[in-house]
Amino acid sequence: MKVMAQMSMVMNLDKCIGCHTCSVTCKQAWTNRAGMEYVWFNNVETRPGLGYPRTWQDQDEWKGGWELRRNGRLTLKSGNRLKKLASIFSNPKLPSIQHYYEPWSYDYETLLESPVTRNYPVARPYSLLSGKPMNVEWSGNWDDDLAGSGEHAVKDPMLKGIEDKVKFEFEQTFMFYLPRICEHCLNPACAASCPSGAIYKREEDGIVLVDQDKCRGWRMCVSGCPYKKVYFNHKTGKAEKCTFCYPRIEVGIPTVCAETCVGRLRYIGIMLYDADRVLDAASVEDDQDLYEAQVGCFLDPYDPEVQRAAEADGIPGDWIEAAKKSPVRRLIMDYRVALPLHPEYRTMPMVWYIPPLSPVVDVVKETGYDAEDRGNLFAAIDALRIPVEYLANLFTAGDVPTVDKVLRKMAAMRSFMRDINLGGDPDEEIAASVGMSAEDMYEMFRLMAIAKYDERYVIPTAHSEQAHGLEELATECAVGDYDQGSPFGEGSGQGALTPVAIENFNMLKERQTSDHDASVTGGSKRGRVNLLNWDGRGMPEGLFPKHPDDGPKQ
Amino acid sequence: MALFLWVIVPYLCFAVFIVGHFWRYRYDKFGWTTRSSQLYENNLLRWGSPMFHFGMLGVLGGHIIGLVIPKVWTDALGISEHGYHIIALAGGIPAGLIALAGLVILVYRRRVTGPVFSATTKMDKVMYVFLAAAIVLGVWNTLASGLFHVGGEYNYREGVSLWFRGVWTFNPDADLMGEAPWGFQLHAMVAMVLFALWPFTRLVHVFSAPIGYLTRPYIVYRSRDERPGQGTGSRAPQRGWDKPTLQKK
Repeated sequence: MKVMAQMSMVMNLDKCIGCHTCSVTCKQAWTNRAGMEYVWFNNVETRPGLGYPRTWQDQDEWKGGWELRRNGRLTLKSGNRLKKLASIFSNPKLPSIQHYYEPWSYDYETLLESPVTRNYPVARPYSLLSGKPMNVEWSGNWDDDLAGSGEHAVKDPMLKGIEDKVKFEFEQTFMFYLPRICEHCLNPACAASCPSGAIYKREEDGIVLVDQDKCRGWRMCVSGCPYKKVYFNHKTGKAEKCTFCYPRIEVGIPTVCAETCVGRLRYIGIMLYDADRVLDAASVEDDQDLYEAQVGCFLDPYDPEVQRAAEADGIPGDWIEAAKKSPVRRLIMDYRVALPLHPEYRTMPMVWYIPPLSPVVDVVKETGYDAEDRGNLFAAIDALRIPVEYLANLFTAGDVPTVDKVLRKMAAMRSFMRDINLGGDPDEEIAASVGMSAEDMYEMFRLMAIAKYDERYVIPTAHSEQAHGLEELATECAVGDYDQGSPFGEGSGQGALTPVAIENFNMLKERQTSDHDASVTGGSKRGRVNLLNWDGRGMPEGLFPKHPDDGPKQ
Repeated sequence: MALFLWVIVPYLCFAVFIVGHFWRYRYDKFGWTTRSSQLYENNLLRWGSPMFHFGMLGVLGGHIIGLVIPKVWTDALGISEHGYHIIALAGGIPAGLIALAGLVILVYRRRVTGPVFSATTKMDKVMYVFLAAAIVLGVWNTLASGLFHVGGEYNYREGVSLWFRGVWTFNPDADLMGEAPWGFQLHAMVAMVLFALWPFTRLVHVFSAPIGYLTRPYIVYRSRDERPGQGTGSRAPQRGWDKPTLQKK
């Protein structure tokens, strides 16, 4: 047993209202740069729909992820290593920019510099790639909320085999939103595809990152990732991907997408898993067994043996504690309501989803029946094969009973809580009908409905005791090490810029320890004035320029 | 003059090549990439790029055989001069022509496809001139001198190759190059300038050929602390974090 910790996420799709706040804040934080215009580390897709990039789920076309060979060995779907190297000069499966969209900007200058005219000037769209005027014909979320679904959503690769059952007339259709980030897989196909070995999985928290200094721009990761969550920065020629906001995670705060999520539908926590079991689990024969196989890799942090092994493998004590409290672990292992996205890609993804019950509830409500009655909901889940089959194509490689079980738990929770909210006694039988105790059901409700910030995000801080690296916390060298001056003048050399905190410290010390009246302080040797430290008495030197005639003013 | 052209210039270019690469690796690891433009355009690239690259690999192999392996070795193997000549032409002409055709496709693509042309740097353009010149001259030498014997027969293995190996043993004979046909002289000169430009162009990606991929484990694990000194804290914005600017054409 080799215990490793994995920072992971669960999203409760029932709560996603498709507001794209996560996408926008993520973009502001990470990808609002040249060469990254089309890159969305986080995106929200309307399902059924094409997704981003278009038809990314169609692995017959894109050949992403892993594949079980006839000899029972796992290989990249796009071919073995030799084949990869042979196709290195032109990646045969790289999506073109048109599969994403051509980034553009508007010619705002014509608005700003327009003379007075009879007609309003118009800012025309220009391509950010070629600099030529362009017609905007496609972009991320062009098919948002089933827009143009007759044309686009019917091409959803996940509808294969159930096309005849899914209707796109507005009265009969269904939809939900699917927010997606990098899955930070246990068996990442992007890392396995990288010829340079630049993509790595961090030992400490399992976050998958691209070493920008090692990436050589071979683009194999873009096609290797079945989720199409590695992007090519066309300005720098390097691959970039979702970082799970590691600088934030390291100090114990959630990712930007989770922090800003309006519906509070994201949960972040640690999963302990047995790294030795991953390859076997990813190599089980039947696609539909992959979900159970992956759950089988996870370890129970309450098990004393696991705790001992974890300690032996160098996992700090507070991380084991965090794994116990992890909301992700509870949703995946205790309540079994979270499911992986496309386990059939065999990458062992670690961003899991609670499938939405709302398409079912909506349908029941429209028929005029009580949509919170357990009996009605259970019957509807059975009857409404269409959404359930579609969900199964997304989350269980088509295994309907597993999705069914999860939806029944959610439906049972609805009825169970309604009784309580209406002042009735909780009906233990409802919980028992889905194989849960009343207590568990209530705890699950609490976690899914009203859990507060520190219950939704249980993030142990990183353990390199790296406080000195943080800005202005000068624990790396003694205070006296600053202010020594640099041979190349101010602003050069290491530590040449004295942090304000250090400057304040020195000035206060000087005032408190000098034997002359040090009332006029705040001046600086370097001609800058630190007003933070000026107590208002006198006039610090350098506050005003020296008068040419009568020398320094006092 | 011959001394300058065929002794001093080669060592100068070689020195720039070595020091330049060292400098580039030390200070511009981030810029060390293929700078692929496949995202912009794939229909032409799909043909041009493999043709050019595989052609060039063949050309490289041909140069190693022709320049590095001494004639006495092939003689010892019992390969006659005529036999060697046929092998060299049979391998060299297709490889050279395929590389040239690939290059033509790629340069055409680069000029005609808007986004690709916009992403072309000045250094790229300079590099293309020398690269194309070197390839055209190389094909010319193979065809004109090797196949049609324009300007008389010339056995480069008794001239250019000896000089080339002399450069490596620090004993180059400038006269050997001085007596070579102009096509060979020009080809060598262009190539030397190209080598001097090499470290400052995208050609550096040649040295990242990912051979290690064949033997390394699929998944790379790395500890967070493996890059000391790369903490958080304030520093100037790094390359790759530039804001997009609209440049109208």
